[in-house]
Amino acid sequence: MRIPFIVRFLKATPRKGWIALGVFAIVALVLLPALHLFTAKDSALHVSDYVITVGGKIMCYAIVAVAMDLIWGYTGILSLGHGVFFALGGYAFGMYLMRAIGHDGVYQSDLPDFMVFLDWKAYPWYWSGTGHLLWALLLVLVIPALLAFIFGFFAFRSRIKGVYFSIITQAMTYAFMLLFFRNETGFGGNNGFTDFKRILGYGITTPGMRVALFALSAALLMFTLLLGRYLVTSKLGRVLAAIRDAESRVMFLGYNPLWYKLFVWTLSAMLCALAGALYVPQVGIINPGEMSPANSIEIAIWAAVGGRGTLIGPVLGAFLVNLAKSWFTVAFPEYWLFFLGLLFILVTLFLPQGMVGLWRKLRGREHGA
Amino acid sequence: MSLHSSEASQQWDDQAATSHVLKPGELDLSHKVILYLEDISVSFDGFKALNNLSLTIDAGELRCIIGPNGAGKTTMMDVITGKTRPESGSAFFGQTLDLTRLSEPEIAHAGIGRKFQKPTIFESHSVFENLELAMKTDKRVRRSLFAVLADGQRDRVADMLRQIRLAEQAERPAGLLSHGQKQWLEIGMLLMQEPKLLLLDEPVAGMTDDETERTGELFKSLAGKHSLVVVEHDMAFIEQLGGKVTVLHEGAVLAEGDLATVQNDQRVIEVYLGR
Amino acid sequence: MRRRLLKFLLCIFLSSGVPAWAALDAKLLQQLAADASDEKIAAINKLAQTGDADGQGQTRREVLRVLKALSEDALYVADGKIVLVDGKRVIDAASGEEINPAPTERDSIDINNRVRRELASALASLRLFSPERETRFAAAQELLDHVDAEMAPLLVRALATEADPQIKQLLTLADAQLGLKNSDPTARLAAVKTLAGSSNPSVKRLLVPLLDKNVESDERVRLEAQSSLKAIDARLAFADKLSRIFSGLSLGSILLLAALGLAITYGVMGVINMAHGELLMVGAYSTFVTQTLFRTYFPGALDWYVAAAIPLAFFAAALVGILMERTVIRWLYGRPLETLLATWGLSLVLIQAARSIFGAQNVEVANPAWMSGGIELFANVTLPLNRIVIIGFSLCVLFLVWILMNRTRLGMFVRAVTQNRSMAGCVGVPTGRIDTLAFGLGAGIAGLGGVALSQIANVGPDMGQGYIVDSFMVVVLGGVGQLAGAVWAALGLGVASKFLEGWLGAVIAKILVLVFIIIFIQKRPQGLFALKGRFAES
Repeated sequence: MRIPFIVRFLKATPRKGWIALGVFAIVALVLLPALHLFTAKDSALHVSDYVITVGGKIMCYAIVAVAMDLIWGYTGILSLGHGVFFALGGYAFGMYLMRAIGHDGVYQSDLPDFMVFLDWKAYPWYWSGTGHLLWALLLVLVIPALLAFIFGFFAFRSRIKGVYFSIITQAMTYAFMLLFFRNETGFGGNNGFTDFKRILGYGITTPGMRVALFALSAALLMFTLLLGRYLVTSKLGRVLAAIRDAESRVMFLGYNPLWYKLFVWTLSAMLCALAGALYVPQVGIINPGEMSPANSIEIAIWAAVGGRGTLIGPVLGAFLVNLAKSWFTVAFPEYWLFFLGLLFILVTLFLPQGMVGLWRKLRGREHGA
Repeated sequence: MSLHSSEASQQWDDQAATSHVLKPGELDLSHKVILYLEDISVSFDGFKALNNLSLTIDAGELRCIIGPNGAGKTTMMDVITGKTRPESGSAFFGQTLDLTRLSEPEIAHAGIGRKFQKPTIFESHSVFENLELAMKTDKRVRRSLFAVLADGQRDRVADMLRQIRLAEQAERPAGLLSHGQKQWLEIGMLLMQEPKLLLLDEPVAGMTDDETERTGELFKSLAGKHSLVVVEHDMAFIEQLGGKVTVLHEGAVLAEGDLATVQNDQRVIEVYLGR
Repeated sequence: MRRRLLKFLLCIFLSSGVPAWAALDAKLLQQLAADASDEKIAAINKLAQTGDADGQGQTRREVLRVLKALSEDALYVADGKIVLVDGKRVIDAASGEEINPAPTERDSIDINNRVRRELASALASLRLFSPERETRFAAAQELLDHVDAEMAPLLVRALATEADPQIKQLLTLADAQLGLKNSDPTARLAAVKTLAGSSNPSVKRLLVPLLDKNVESDERVRLEAQSSLKAIDARLAFADKLSRIFSGLSLGSILLLAALGLAITYGVMGVINMAHGELLMVGAYSTFVTQTLFRTYFPGALDWYVAAAIPLAFFAAALVGILMERTVIRWLYGRPLETLLATWGLSLVLIQAARSIFGAQNVEVANPAWMSGGIELFANVTLPLNRIVIIGFSLCVLFLVWILMNRTRLGMFVRAVTQNRSMAGCVGVPTGRIDTLAFGLGAGIAGLGGVALSQIANVGPDMGQGYIVDSFMVVVLGGVGQLAGAVWAALGLGVASKFLEGWLGAVIAKILVLVFIIIFIQKRPQGLFALKGRFAES
């Protein structure tokens, strides 16, 4: 008898994992929101706006880090262009947010301020329908997926691998950044989208909306982890790791690596896009800077710091690096690049398995002793 | 041998799922020939790796191929498995399958298995997983995503583990095996694919005498149901196999026949000993 | 016409007897402020004569200054003197001395259109016959832009005496413009023919109306105008193409310098050094430092600071490169993706270091005098000297690299390691040391690229960031370890992107080039000049 898929999906995560997820869910879905909403601002227990916003933002980053790890840690393909999927997701949702501003912009026009500024009279065709939340959400998923599929199809079909692939993805995100910098592209040029007002009529800066977005980010992160866990323990996951270790053998066994790579590549892009869509309303802005090569390569270091080839590693890495960034840019802004640069160097040199690897090593030694 | 009862695989495969996956077509052995190579030429930067090579392998045959370094043995295997496209000439698997038009996975699916000169296995997977991945089944993404290992399949892997004497190591990462064990694992993976034609590039390199002899026994038992092409330098091993021998030299066939005939061929002696 | 000639002769006559004045005749100047236009005109003409009479010097310049001030309504009467007002300064027109303190009250000198016309031709004549080439050139160009029938005799005169071919050409064109307005069709026809020789875009505006039947009645002239227009268009298109090719070559030579080093390191070690662009930056800052040192210690030899910067930049960048190789890259051998990340980290550290040392702002690196200016090829095409020098410089570097790679032992080792590292190691090539040296060499070449870049682009901490993708594209296009490939790819990419920029704008051009390269790799994964065979694939 066949076990239903949903059962297998849930069973892929071991008991320890479920306990950890449960604790996380209680904290992120219940405790923090409650402490934000129902305590007085001056109370010692109050969770501030700042914590909720930064927490939500970093959880989005963590989703991206896990998505990156699926493609890099498990399949051995280093993407230096994942920022483009993140940003496209953000822009797609941003279109909805811009339309939801309605007449509350500076020019009080039907069109977003930047279009009025450019003296445009109507929305370009690709903006049509974006006033509907569902259509925008569909775009969030479909556009990045389409880009990833087409780009990946051509790249993987011609067996572009290793550094070639990495650099080409970097070139891709760079090209998109240039494209979005142009005013004519119709996405606000340099300034991108900002000054959002509401989602489905609810104010975007209200505590309720903040908490909702925060909880959604947490839920998406948990779903990403469960999905990742199922993938890497499935036969597909074993094929992916096999592609990473000996692609020619995989081919001679009769698997076509093209479709396997394409599957995980596109899936990874879609996860990034969802994270981007959740990220934009929380930080209140999206601009082409998100597509800069530097941003994309930073994603790789989140996964590397935490430990690639594991699922919890990228989450840890995303949190640590971004908390460090928040701290540095306030305390020692001039040293942040030094820190980040050294992090890249030291982690690749001395911690190839990241913190999870270090933890395992230490524990292994303890057990051995 | 139990591994050739394909009962388990039929249970697993959803009706005829494999037959149209990569449009392998039917292998047509009506002329009792499994592989035709005709006038194949391949050159790299002016160097002719294969020079109008023609060769046929009969169904069920065990063929040994020898030749000095650079004779084109590996390139020939590359052409058969779709890794290298010939500049001219034709390569057919059975009567109908044009190997020069198929991709590597399609060729593998059609029933050609290849063992590399350097053992190529998945070092971070366990021995069991290596065999599981190799097992003949629907290898499309969607199937892999939802695959569950059936009991029959588990048994097949277990049988193979016993046959290649790695049952004890089933859960160990394959990277930790000895060189000879890796060779056996690779051969085991090949057999899990249930290929019609096996290409074996130096399969006993790095094996002990005992292991070599057992490998020879295995190959001989496979001949008949499978066709085997073995590239080797080890003359004792070739003698043990006892099939027809083809000598390659400078990308073309120099001599063909049983080992004794070939060894007494004047041109072969010249090529091997030099002047 | 005759009157003018008379005046001209008179002025020659007068000039022979009158000594050169240091100052202008005050009475004559006073006459400029006269009420009657005729008197004004007489004074203008007399002044012009005195100016014309003075071949080289002071008087001509002063007359010019006064008349120009008059035409720009900057000439006044104050305290009975004629004065020039230049911003806040008030200058006595007669003596040329500044009046301090400036007089509080002054009356402007008004001129009507008749006077203005006379004034314009007097000014033009003074300038057209000036002994200074630049003045004549500028005057001729102005004439070409708006020529007046009144000027015809002046033009004829100037044409007769002008020796400089460039100025003469301008004058001929101006004359032809006048010819177009002639009532005689033959004269018009001749003028149209003359204009065909122009490569000045403004001439087209003159010819286009002639295609209209209502404007030009004579059919021959119409036909001739059409073919003249075609000739001009062809020449303009050619000039445009030429300048595009040139700027493409100049971009390509920079790309080449950036990519040569990368090609060597990528070929030898199989790693992409993401900090390669920052090595360009090191070279550029070395140039800046050299310039500062020269300014402080050898201001006399400042023009040659670039020459001194070349070795300095080479060694500075090479040193940084060798340090990078020894401390980081060496330990990541066989892990190309990690190397990518680690070298990215190195690039961040280098950028921040540059910011901490030199500040986040761009620093100013000036072209030495001998690299400023340009060579004018056509009226609208000037090739800047600094870019020409850079093209030459990169060719020199290319030649040296070629020698190094093909004629020296080090080069042989480098090529050996590029083709087959383990085999090279087996036959006794010290692969470790070769790695370091090759890396140093590649870095040094990038440093040289930095020197070149400092002469045409901004020098700042982030300047290298944009170059890594571009130079990698060159390496990809050209094929690994192929000098010839790198050259063709760099120049081809440079020229192609400049042409695309002209048609579609810089951003779309950049995107198209990237798309092209992605498609190209589909077809030729090994680059233009591929190494084939069993080693190429692994």
